[in-house]
Amino acid sequence: MTYIAKPKFHHPGLKKNELGYTHRDYEGKISTLCAGCGHDSITASIIEACYELSIEPHRVAKISGIGCSSKTPDYFLGNSHGFNSVHGRMPSVLTGANLANRDLIYLGVSGDGDSASIGFGQFAHSIRRGVNMTYIVENNGVYGLTKGQFSATADRGSKSKKGVTNTDNAIDLVAIALQLGATFVARSFSGDKTQLVPLIAAAIRHKGASFIDVISPCIAFNNHAGSTKSFDYVREHNDAVNRLDVLVGRDPIAVDYAPGTVQMVEQHDGSKIALRKIDADYDPHDRLGAQAFLQKHAAKGQIVTGLLYVDPDAEDLHEHLNTVETPLNTLEADTLCPGSAVLDKFNASLR
Amino acid sequence: MSDKKPISSVNDFVVRFANVNGSGSASANEMFARAILRHGVPVSPRNIFPSNIQGLPTWYEVRVTEDGHLGARGGVDMMVAMNPQTWDKDVAGIEPGGYLFYDSTKPMPSTKFRDDITVIGVPLTAITNSTYTDPRQRQLFKNIIYLGSLSALLDMDPKLIEQLIGEQYKGKEKLLSSNVHALHLGRDWALQNLKCPIGLRVKKSDKVGDRIFIEGNSAAALGAVYGGATVCAWYPITPSSSVAEAFTAHCKKYRHDPETGKAKYAIVQGEDELASIGIVIGASWNGARAFTATSGPGISLMTEFIGLSYFAEIPAVIMNIQRAGPSTGMPTRTQQCDIIACAYASHGDTKHVLLFPEDPAEAFEFAAAAFDLAERLQTTIFLMLDLDIGMNHRLCRPLKWDDAKQYDRGKVMTAEMLEEGRDFGRYLDVDGDGIPYRTYPGAHPTKGSYFTRGTSRDRYARYSEEGSVYADNMQRLVRKFETAQDLVPRPLQANAARPTKYGVIYFGSTSPAMDEAIGLLEARGHQLDRLRIRAFPFHSSVASFLAEHDFVYLVEQNRDAQLRQLIVNENGIDPVRLVPIVHYDGSPITARFIAKAIGDHQDHLKVTPLRKAVS
Repeated sequence: MTYIAKPKFHHPGLKKNELGYTHRDYEGKISTLCAGCGHDSITASIIEACYELSIEPHRVAKISGIGCSSKTPDYFLGNSHGFNSVHGRMPSVLTGANLANRDLIYLGVSGDGDSASIGFGQFAHSIRRGVNMTYIVENNGVYGLTKGQFSATADRGSKSKKGVTNTDNAIDLVAIALQLGATFVARSFSGDKTQLVPLIAAAIRHKGASFIDVISPCIAFNNHAGSTKSFDYVREHNDAVNRLDVLVGRDPIAVDYAPGTVQMVEQHDGSKIALRKIDADYDPHDRLGAQAFLQKHAAKGQIVTGLLYVDPDAEDLHEHLNTVETPLNTLEADTLCPGSAVLDKFNASLR
Repeated sequence: MSDKKPISSVNDFVVRFANVNGSGSASANEMFARAILRHGVPVSPRNIFPSNIQGLPTWYEVRVTEDGHLGARGGVDMMVAMNPQTWDKDVAGIEPGGYLFYDSTKPMPSTKFRDDITVIGVPLTAITNSTYTDPRQRQLFKNIIYLGSLSALLDMDPKLIEQLIGEQYKGKEKLLSSNVHALHLGRDWALQNLKCPIGLRVKKSDKVGDRIFIEGNSAAALGAVYGGATVCAWYPITPSSSVAEAFTAHCKKYRHDPETGKAKYAIVQGEDELASIGIVIGASWNGARAFTATSGPGISLMTEFIGLSYFAEIPAVIMNIQRAGPSTGMPTRTQQCDIIACAYASHGDTKHVLLFPEDPAEAFEFAAAAFDLAERLQTTIFLMLDLDIGMNHRLCRPLKWDDAKQYDRGKVMTAEMLEEGRDFGRYLDVDGDGIPYRTYPGAHPTKGSYFTRGTSRDRYARYSEEGSVYADNMQRLVRKFETAQDLVPRPLQANAARPTKYGVIYFGSTSPAMDEAIGLLEARGHQLDRLRIRAFPFHSSVASFLAEHDFVYLVEQNRDAQLRQLIVNENGIDPVRLVPIVHYDGSPITARFIAKAIGDHQDHLKVTPLRKAVS
């Protein structure tokens, strides 16, 4: 299980980021997932994104539910506090944590069972509240830890390893997130690190509810012919609308894309997303258009990936609640307790 | 017409108002209760209401009690029968010699009345219809008009009611004068047409003192403000919703930064009770003081998280405003029925701390203390109120706060301590009290991080399925619970005037009825020592009390004598010596009920030697 420590030593010449951290500083324990699991690729992408952004590792709180995907926070950011909570309840735990201290970065990791079935309600409500978080679903369409039952994101007509055909309709979490008002919505593929790393980085920089659905094939129970979440199937049906790069405190010259096909998006915190448009008609600021685009392509059996929607001026839950800038968990009696004089007045009003 | 002498009583009677809910009667009725308080006479009012918004019967009962008996008394001396739907039952419920007050606009057949009561008719509808044209006004002022008539019948000082109206409608002159006008319409009609006063009278006294009149839910919510709660997550459920609503109101008043106007709190109405407790646990894990308020069905939903709080050792405060269960039960009726459900909530071996306040003043104190306890013990603390305390105005001592008090944030290892090289094991018992240190997320760049989980782990928070490691942790949790015994509010004992072999244990909202019952029992010649339990785990004085008495009565407001079960289970007591006295019909327990039940049992015990003699 998740208790294997990784040796800390590394090559002295290992590259450092702006804060002087090496890639290794963003790693966690050795994964105990199956060899070749898509989730491990996502873990690698998270490590890469955090390194690239020069985030202080301990300023991230990583919160998950229960399942294979929810085990992964132990495999990255070893100096961060992690919380492997209750099945399907990552969103509420993350919401509470975020309310307590608005200064940390909140990374919610969940799976399709965790978010589309038992925790579908919590997924929906955390998104509609605009909690400032990066919510990653590692979506393999299957219950891996309990050995291969269909999840709610399994496509209708897809076949399980045992040969059973799924007759229930699938839940598309991206479509739901768009409908619920997520202000950053993306989909990617665990096998496409070039697309995924910048998406995670942009989501972390985004202020508001960021949601990324990452198709992540289950090597043990959902990588066979007839599955619509296998490596082969996703590669064949992947329809990327854009590729991006995240620019933080750097000049846009880092972008090597041809002019005219690049769209710059400036986020609230000043960071920029350089979007290389693959589909010329795709507008990532049009929520309705994104919904229609998704539906149209789903009908054709295509899996749309890329940054599907972003509202760079989004507000988060703290703004809705008008909370103080100081993290609530640092406030003490001197600022929280109204004191005895106020209480005397209160008493007097009740006589 | 009466074959029974009308009841004659000064400052000691019960008036019950029978209304239709949604008719606006509540504020007039509450004003009646407050007006009596202003005479210096204690009152104990209770809402008896349906789980409905408009059209169903609702009652408001005011016990006028010079002696300060704040429990429900039982019986009705005067019925203000404003609801045709419940007329027959209402009339039948009046004590012989009592009074019936009704709207006499429409003639009623004599069969609708009783011979042994005094019937007082006031043509309320006729008066309102001749004065007001707007239907809503007719409805609302009718309530004030009957209040006016009652003031004359009960010999109340109208100035004191006018004063209350003045306070309520301060700055709204038009409403103020029209309400005063309506009051006098009713009062004058009664003075001119009826024999005033009747046998029931309110006479000025000085028995209220500096006490305040407050609902338990509002007091508990204020306790959360004083106790430093910054995060509240809740889901609406009767009878607990007014806790979160009061917390919101108190925070709006006391918790905004005067310069920026920003809120030093966050309140989220969750999508359900699972989310509410999840938010509380997430916030507490991250070092904020957080709570939720709920009732029985909500507790059932929260139990998985409560187990996580116990096992992963995350503070949480849950205010449980109990109502009659099981299932949806009787949502608007009171009970103390979640004792077992909360004490052992969640799967696996768990035990939780419960606090039992007796009234709003203790609800305030215990609510504030709950946050210290939660952080000190790193576990869930239940504040066990019930509908009777929570949703009724109760006269109680003024709320008090010591300005020198600092919050006890418990064992938190700071960046400085980590820097000094202190050994940090999240589940390591360094002090022998079973309580480990925790760190807040983000505290230190390289030290003190750990992975919180509901799965088994070792003292350094590393995953482990080793049997010995698991058992070691479970044993430490037992030690921690033992530590809790001395931290929670202790039981309060009051001994009888003469030494006795009999004792009684009670808790929570039973308090005022029990205090009154002791007097009734003494009058019957029964001496009882009293122990009021204020928390679980039980302090050692509970075991001593049980050892010192041959028989101990356990007075509770649930069917299965749940506190008795808990005492038997936790103390290994012979259950025969613990006699359950249970009241569970959803109405608040009364002194009459307790005194009869205990008195009958005592009489029965006294008969035993005679039977022995026969055999």
